[in-house]
Amino acid sequence: MSRPAVIVAAAVLAFLVFAALFPGVIAPGDPLAIHPLDSFRAPSFAHPFGTDESGRDIFTRIIHGTGASLTIGLSATAIGVGLALILGLLSGLGPRWLDFGTTRFLEVLFAFPGLLLALLFIVIYGPGVVTSTIAVGLATAPGYARIIRSQVRVVRRAPYLEAALVLGRSPAHRLVRHLLPNVVGSLFVLVTLGIGQSIVWASSLSYLGLGAVPPAAEWGAMLSAGRTYLGSFWWMTFFPGLFIVLAAVGTTLLGRGIQQGTRLR
Amino acid sequence: MTLVSVRDLAVSFGGTTVVSGVDFDIEAGQCVALVGESGSGKSVTARALLGLTGGSVNAAELRFHDTDLRSASPSRLRRLRGREIGFVSQGALVALDPLRPVGREIEDSLRIHTRLGAAQRRARAIELLAEAGVPQAAERAAQRPDELSGGLRQRALIASAIALRPRLLIADEPTTALDTTVQAGILDLLESLRDAGTAILLISHDLAVVSRLASHLVVMSEGRVVESGPAERVLAEPRHPYTRRLIAAVPTDRPRFERLTDRPAAAPAADRPQASRDVVLSATGLRREFGSRVAVDGVGFALGRGKTLGIVGESGSGKTTVARLVLALERPDAGEVRLLGRPWSTLTEPQRRERRPGIGAIYQDALSSFDPRLTVGQILADALSGGRSRRASPEVVALMESVGLQASLASRRPRLLSGGQQQRVAIARAIAPRPHILVCDEPVSSLDVSVQAQVLDLLDDLQRSLGLSYLFITHDLGVVRHMSDDLLVMRHGRVLEAGPTESVFSRPRHDYTRALIDSAPRLG
Repeated sequence: MSRPAVIVAAAVLAFLVFAALFPGVIAPGDPLAIHPLDSFRAPSFAHPFGTDESGRDIFTRIIHGTGASLTIGLSATAIGVGLALILGLLSGLGPRWLDFGTTRFLEVLFAFPGLLLALLFIVIYGPGVVTSTIAVGLATAPGYARIIRSQVRVVRRAPYLEAALVLGRSPAHRLVRHLLPNVVGSLFVLVTLGIGQSIVWASSLSYLGLGAVPPAAEWGAMLSAGRTYLGSFWWMTFFPGLFIVLAAVGTTLLGRGIQQGTRLR
Repeated sequence: MTLVSVRDLAVSFGGTTVVSGVDFDIEAGQCVALVGESGSGKSVTARALLGLTGGSVNAAELRFHDTDLRSASPSRLRRLRGREIGFVSQGALVALDPLRPVGREIEDSLRIHTRLGAAQRRARAIELLAEAGVPQAAERAAQRPDELSGGLRQRALIASAIALRPRLLIADEPTTALDTTVQAGILDLLESLRDAGTAILLISHDLAVVSRLASHLVVMSEGRVVESGPAERVLAEPRHPYTRRLIAAVPTDRPRFERLTDRPAAAPAADRPQASRDVVLSATGLRREFGSRVAVDGVGFALGRGKTLGIVGESGSGKTTVARLVLALERPDAGEVRLLGRPWSTLTEPQRRERRPGIGAIYQDALSSFDPRLTVGQILADALSGGRSRRASPEVVALMESVGLQASLASRRPRLLSGGQQQRVAIARAIAPRPHILVCDEPVSSLDVSVQAQVLDLLDDLQRSLGLSYLFITHDLGVVRHMSDDLLVMRHGRVLEAGPTESVFSRPRHDYTRALIDSAPRLG
């Protein structure tokens, strides 16, 4: 991975985070304001990304949708990693029967494609932003849990944990000051990589109409709305799609960059 | 006649010269040794003969028999390797293909270089294994490397190297990481090959190992030859200070408290308890089973304040299990360990925790005993504060100085330090809680002899200045004799012999002890 690629990725992400925090600074308009007379305008100076069927400015909508998309991505990853940490620690540190139980449970989850698992969850609890976020978190958890479990099993047998025991450190101290940081440290990169994936998945759910619902300004939902006009008005799907790709590629590149950086150190 | 002739050899990697000005000759039936610390360029020098350095090689002369190796084509070199020059590389434990029977490995070189049929090759491979001293060669040939002991793997590797009767055998640290008696066996094997007319280029960091075989020594330091000459002359009258240091670093037959480096000994501190008859650690009737295997059986001893008790034995003798029982990392199935006259092994772990600072440990692999995220300074601050703080403090600097580490290393991670420095950090961490006892499990086994000497001298200093008692576990008789007051010889989980070190060495009562003592490599 070259340095410039990482820098570009970081710059793109910085822009997206800024857009999420202060959308009004970049796009002062109202993302929901309707201008029926201006519908289906191609990209121009007035509307850099064009307008949709109700004449809403797509650029404004994308910028204002950044917050929702990033929040869904981050929260879903946080839910997935949090759940995985509990499962991974239980099976990595617990007695053998608990490890057996947790591992079999994870294997059952693994047998289903992640997206199917998310769909199942939404079928039960109904569509919406919150449920789709939780659904994506649930769907990503088994993968993280398996990695955490194996990391925990490696680290708990590491000679430095035994050395800490010989120095008279309590089990809590060994868990919190030595085991967890070493497990989580190796997870950090995976989490960065996972955020991009979560954004894509959350957008997919919105696209299927199971997450954020139009007219909400969310990338996946906008993509879905533009689907009908794909043949005639390409900008309606192209720009939301572009931003999904930018966010996913940005986090992935940055994650890889960090991964290589830590390997060199 | 001269088989190998090297004049003014230089090897460089991408503009950096790592070896220069190396001269030596090897005759048929002669053993020449390249001696020096890790990084001195000895392995690269040997690899230059095989065209395997991976760098650029220059020399005024680099000749093997009638081949000029400087201008030899890759295919010519390939024909030389294996057929004319056998190579036993460093690390016998990893040099064999783990998925193939060792016999097949030997058959390979026969298949490539000879016209023997499959059955003949198989028979020949078994012959070669037997010749290399592998018992039950026919059965062993069918086994994979992980089913063989370290010594047998090294023998198998030598068998494959001599399969085509090469005129020259290059052996790079052939006995490192092997038990003493196994090492002696490998050296015997090399000796018989030499006497049969094979020229040998032997590479080692340990002068004692090479002095038995080599008639000519080439001492290297930092990529240069600092001294070269007949072995007897070099050992008896070393001219270069570096050679003198290497010779002085060999602990074998050096009495206790004699210095191995030229650093003066530390003065005993007045405020610490001195050596006495007080027993700080005792074990009685220790027994530990793993499944049906009895690892330790009926082991008992007493360690006096300020004294060193050596435990010597080969792999599988149960000495490490004893260390783990003493550190209460294992629970004995029978028997008891008492610390400072009070119960220890019978306590529960929470009861034991507050007394743990009284006993510390250093290990063979110091690096893996450090949390990889922490710097040297953080590791030591953690140890000094009982785990409460990782912030740098003047005490950390003082602690680092007391083990001979520069304070500037505090911000480094141990991974970036040399093996000797890593072991110093481990020692500093172990003495930080002011323990009475240190359990040292093979603390110098993976270090070069010269670095080993520094670490042994440091341990000796600390014992005197802090009144520490050591339980010193090693397979190396030279080291254990130099370090211990009393000695326990272990075999198959039992104590074979025990007593004051000097009397065990001068009047060994058991044949096994005698064999061990005889097999320890000596200078000259």
